[in-house]
Amino acid sequence: MTLTSQLIQYLFTGLTLGSIYALVALGFTMIYNATGIINLAQGEFVMLGALIMVFFTMVLKIPLLFGFVLAVMGVTLVGALFERLAIHPLKNASLLTLIMITLAGSILFRGVAMFLWGKDPYALPPFGDSKPVQFLGATLQAQIFWVLAITILVVFGSGFFFNRTLLGKAMTACAFNPLAAQLVGISVRKMVLFSFALSAAFGAIAGVIITPITLMEYDRGPLLALKGFAAVVLGGLGSAVGSVVAGFIIGVLESLGAGLISSGYKDAIALMVLLLILWVKPSGLFGSAEESKLKKF
Amino acid sequence: MKREDLYTLLFIAITIGLFPLLAGGQEYYLSLLIFVGINSLITMGLSMLMGYAGQISLGHAAFFGIGAYSSGVLTTKYSFQPLEAFCAGIFLSAIIAFLVGKPTLRLKGHYMAVATLGFGEILFIVFNELSPLTGGPSGLSGIPPLTLFGHPLEGANYLYLVWGLVILLLLFSLNVINSRVGRALRAVHGSELAANAMGVDASRFKLQVFVLSAIYASMAGSLYAHFITFISPSSFSLMFSILLLMMVVVGGTETIWGALLGATLITLLPEYLRGLEDFEVLAYGAILMVVLLFMPQGILEGMRKMLSKKGEGRVGRP
Amino acid sequence: MSQRVLEVQRLQKFFGGLRAIDALDFTVAEGQIKSIIGPNGAGKTTLFNLITGIFPPTGGTLEFKGKMLNDLKPHDIARLGISRTFQTLELFGNMTALENVMIGRHGRTVAGIFRAGLRLPGMRREERGIKEKAFEELHFMGLENRAMMGATSLPLGEQKLLEIARALATEPQLLLLDEPASGLNIRETEKLSETILRIRERGITVMVVEHDMALVMEISDDVLVLNYGKKIAEGLPRDVQRNREVIAAYLGEELTDA
Repeated sequence: MTLTSQLIQYLFTGLTLGSIYALVALGFTMIYNATGIINLAQGEFVMLGALIMVFFTMVLKIPLLFGFVLAVMGVTLVGALFERLAIHPLKNASLLTLIMITLAGSILFRGVAMFLWGKDPYALPPFGDSKPVQFLGATLQAQIFWVLAITILVVFGSGFFFNRTLLGKAMTACAFNPLAAQLVGISVRKMVLFSFALSAAFGAIAGVIITPITLMEYDRGPLLALKGFAAVVLGGLGSAVGSVVAGFIIGVLESLGAGLISSGYKDAIALMVLLLILWVKPSGLFGSAEESKLKKF
Repeated sequence: MKREDLYTLLFIAITIGLFPLLAGGQEYYLSLLIFVGINSLITMGLSMLMGYAGQISLGHAAFFGIGAYSSGVLTTKYSFQPLEAFCAGIFLSAIIAFLVGKPTLRLKGHYMAVATLGFGEILFIVFNELSPLTGGPSGLSGIPPLTLFGHPLEGANYLYLVWGLVILLLLFSLNVINSRVGRALRAVHGSELAANAMGVDASRFKLQVFVLSAIYASMAGSLYAHFITFISPSSFSLMFSILLLMMVVVGGTETIWGALLGATLITLLPEYLRGLEDFEVLAYGAILMVVLLFMPQGILEGMRKMLSKKGEGRVGRP
Repeated sequence: MSQRVLEVQRLQKFFGGLRAIDALDFTVAEGQIKSIIGPNGAGKTTLFNLITGIFPPTGGTLEFKGKMLNDLKPHDIARLGISRTFQTLELFGNMTALENVMIGRHGRTVAGIFRAGLRLPGMRREERGIKEKAFEELHFMGLENRAMMGATSLPLGEQKLLEIARALATEPQLLLLDEPASGLNIRETEKLSETILRIRERGITVMVVEHDMALVMEISDDVLVLNYGKKIAEGLPRDVQRNREVIAAYLGEELTDA
């Protein structure tokens, strides 16, 4: 394989990984924008989406599309329940408690997953052909294009949702000023619930589309969350566009690092990016330093 | 409070002293208590960091690992004396804590949590990848046991060693808490704005406590390595960092005794889950959630509130 | 001629487009009680925040006894000898009244983690000194009976006095009081008035931000009036009181000649 085709390979792998990080980052951003908290259980939504889908399609033999929808709905429900039972009661608690409760949620979800599915990784069949595709000299799995296409669809869909629809704008209003939002008739409670549900849905979608390529096991959550969060910070907390772009950047960096430098340390690459950004410019590429000083976190 | 602390300390010392007799020399129970002691060393430092300085660390397993691997690697591969390796571990942990802590402690809330999480994960990867040195995922074996005048320290003697250190560090920690430094930390926790205005260099103290907690964890790691003589990266994973955090939160961050209580409860928990290993992670998540929702100040404070009378003019946490 | 304790020249603080402080010049002489007044939002607390280093000025200089304050951090400024209270009461709710005041001694003491952990004799002596001095300040403010009570369990009036005790414990040469009388009743305000005069007797220079005009007129040697971040008057209390611009600023409109 020539260097060019190798690089194309890495690029596409990177974009694929980046899609997942972008979706996770979007989930983080949505919850942050509506509540001001970072949901450390975000990665588990991805994991649960994948494993529930595995259950539906592999065990119950439900057709792919239905399984997809059901899995996403299932995880959305989990997200909503999580908000109602664990987040909402603590809305006036200290920051430390809030961080810990999402952490507790992540452990609980992992525990349930370990109990139901064990520690083994699971696979899903690719959505279309299992035949690999030739592109610019590189051999790519067809699933990669499904991942990219669906991700772009979700990203543009949410962009439209948040900027053009009333509901979406209402959600953003809540984060800026919950009191004002309430005064104009927006139910902050509902918005918070909705943000968790939507984040869970995004996570689930990410989990389902990536598993045909990378498989999924019960404890993939934390690393996914960390990398997704790296994307959030790199792109500027609160900026959806930034999160998505940064997600792709991190995915590509990771893939190039894994291919060209060392595959053992590939996870560490995204994490180093995370630490460096936090230490040097926490407001990220697209955020402003002054604006980030005014934010709660 | 000082007298109360002294009595509790004596109580612990006496209990540990008598324990080998009570346990009938059973290695198994002795091991359990040794692990409780080792975990207590870490949680004491973590409690000072979280409870008094008001910071959070989701990556403390890393320092535990640095201590363990320093002792393990230096004594097996480089013929260091255990005490030398112990000190090397402390030194390494302190330096890394200083370098990582400086930029990290400046961060607010969630950012700090995630940064420490990331740091812990990176170190976990390093432990796995530096195979020539650390033995990689298969671990490092053949770590020599500690000896005193040629006799290996085992069983009851190791118990005394570990808990002796626990008690010494408890004394040290209590002294710090009841001093100008402890007050400064609590002031920063109460109102960083006012603390700074009164001359407290908040960042400096936060960093000092962070480094101190890393040193405690490193000591625990070294003792751990020499006790079980085999270490692998899986003991220093995110799950352990979270477990440590749980110990501190469940026990209660109000006082340093909460750290001991939490370490005891959580270390002994798997005992109650015998045969239910599948439930282990689930149980941890459930317990943490229940404590946070219903007893956020921890079990020690919860019990204290139930037992004490009201209206004593007790000073509450902000 | 008495020494200049604080010298502020062409001070500016902009928050984006908002000019919180604009081209401000004034001085504070040693042993003075100088009050800062002005309508809400005039920039009074911002001025205090600039002096104590909570944020840096956008332009201009702040000089304290010849030392530049511009780039210093709050804890360094405290150690230089400037202390303050807060408009929004920033007591340490997780500590007793005594412990709150003891924190004030932090900048004048040295024991670090090591000496504290080992409880070396020097440290113990220092601790005793801290406790004594703290009790002295509590006594000065009339709060010695409250020493062991939780700081935020005290009634509001006493909490405000406690904050002053804490600031006094730092051995300041310049004390900044930010709305010390807000929330106090008439009797408490009178006591506050006496207290500020007694503080001046100790040789401490005092700056007071206040809305209570009776208090300002009674204790001030000099009054500085701010509006929209600018100085609109400065001088003796009775002169400022009669200044047209000052009256207009408070009433919000032009006065017709009456």
